[in-house]
Amino acid sequence: MSVITIERKVLEKNDAIAQQNRELFRGKNLFTMNLVSSPGSGKTSIVERTIHHTKNKFNVAVIEGDVQTSLDAERVAAYGVPVVQIVTQGACHLEAGLVRDAYIQIEKNNFEVLFVENVGNLVCPAGYDLGEDLKVVIVSTTEGDDKPLKYPAMFRNASALIINKIDLVPYVNCSLETLLKNALSINPSLKVFKTSCTTDEGIAEWCGWIESKIKR
Amino acid sequence: MHELSVAQEILEIVNQYVPDPKPNTVKSVKVKVGKFSNILTDSLTFCFDVITSDTPLSGVRLEVVQIPVKIKCTGCNQESEIEPPVFACPICGNNQIKIVSGTELWVDEIELFDEILEDK
Repeated sequence: MSVITIERKVLEKNDAIAQQNRELFRGKNLFTMNLVSSPGSGKTSIVERTIHHTKNKFNVAVIEGDVQTSLDAERVAAYGVPVVQIVTQGACHLEAGLVRDAYIQIEKNNFEVLFVENVGNLVCPAGYDLGEDLKVVIVSTTEGDDKPLKYPAMFRNASALIINKIDLVPYVNCSLETLLKNALSINPSLKVFKTSCTTDEGIAEWCGWIESKIKR
Repeated sequence: MHELSVAQEILEIVNQYVPDPKPNTVKSVKVKVGKFSNILTDSLTFCFDVITSDTPLSGVRLEVVQIPVKIKCTGCNQESEIEPPVFACPICGNNQIKIVSGTELWVDEIELFDEILEDK
């Protein structure tokens, strides 16, 4: 009986393309964020409010990932920014190759900030590097305060946390304090923002943080 | 949920080492899966069985070795095993820790049947 020793990463192909993406984005001085959350947490709304608030400060481009439809891209396109929709046809996460192909379609535009809005899913996108500078995990108050404990990999791998829909706290069974404690127990270095896309609370602080990350 | 695409990547790597395999050539494929890699072992072996059925690799066993989650504490400098979602040093309680293992997703080795057996 013979054995072939391999010792290779299963996702090495994705990781290699992600590294190429990272070098490509850095070469263009882009600040790239991979937005991850469960469906309906407000990823697209955060993108929309960000574009609205920063249109005189920096230029944004967006890559949208969804299992089906181009509804999100249509929403974002209304703001006049470059946007590409990736439809994964059932796949539960974006991969680096899909992001590279989408980026090529908008690379001639002038922008400093690139949002990659991942498929709404707190499990699978955690394992796939896209070449981003950092992951931003969004959790909304309507999801309850236990999500960080249930999906620890996503919170551990993220650099920033947006707690969205804080205007709904009086009406839902969610303690901001518990949510924050749970998230920081998984990842104490998370940079935390509390936002509402309805009242725009916290959006200015979030936009200021992005501006501080732009590589001019 | 993404075990099917992970199984396909594993199969692709196996095909690079054993191109154009004949039936009863490959005995098993050993993979290392960290307990913090978001992979459900049963689902992965099921998906591997599905995509290899009706191919020369049908019946090849996907052997999954689970790797525990180990951390190194930046406070007391000790290495320990932890059980997510608790991310703190079990020795000193510090939560400034580095994960040193448990996120692996590796194809480790391919075990082949002896050629002599195959010829018979």
